[in-house]
Amino acid sequence: MVDALVVGLVAGGLVFFAGGTVGILRLPDFYSRLHPAGKLDTAGSVLAMSGLALFALLPISLDSVLTSLKILLIVVIVFLTSPTATHAIVDAGVRAGLEPWKKDKGEPSP
Amino acid sequence: MERFFLGAGLVLGGLMLLSLYRGVFGPTVLDRLMGVNAIGSKTVVLLVIIGVLYRRVDMFVDIALAYALLNFIAVLAASRYFQKRKGLRGNPQQRAAPRPREGT
Repeated sequence: MVDALVVGLVAGGLVFFAGGTVGILRLPDFYSRLHPAGKLDTAGSVLAMSGLALFALLPISLDSVLTSLKILLIVVIVFLTSPTATHAIVDAGVRAGLEPWKKDKGEPSP
Repeated sequence: MERFFLGAGLVLGGLMLLSLYRGVFGPTVLDRLMGVNAIGSKTVVLLVIIGVLYRRVDMFVDIALAYALLNFIAVLAASRYFQKRKGLRGNPQQRAAPRPREGT
């Protein structure tokens, strides 16, 4: 029962990671590529880490509870730092004057 | 369960290789930085999965925590540094356009 929940959570995280990777590879512009990179990686990390924390909790003892709490601490840190890092990259692009991609303007960059 | 975590780690490794394309061939420096950031956020999960496989989660969790913080600091510092660089644009026809600059 708990194993099925762990498998579902980790597989959901992998699905989110795969979507983020496809978005990073396929979208035409720097800013539009940062959109999956910022959000889907955060969501995938949260789902997969929740599954792993649940799996590490399984034989309940003090050590396993502490390990699960540490994994949840990583989740909190990723939730704080990943959007901040994405915002910093967007800010660098805006300050350097990168133009957003428009459809009638030219070819999508590779 | 071991097999599932092994497969999950392998899938994560494949996704990291796909993200490495953006890190190598990205047209601008910031695209490469974004690819490296995506690889780093996948590495944190992969480290915990490796810990589960080796049955030493308590040790690998600390490594993953340190890696998450290091990845954040590295991306922040690199994005603060590369905003001043010239030649940031990969598209040569955009290079003639005036570049809005804020205070030095």
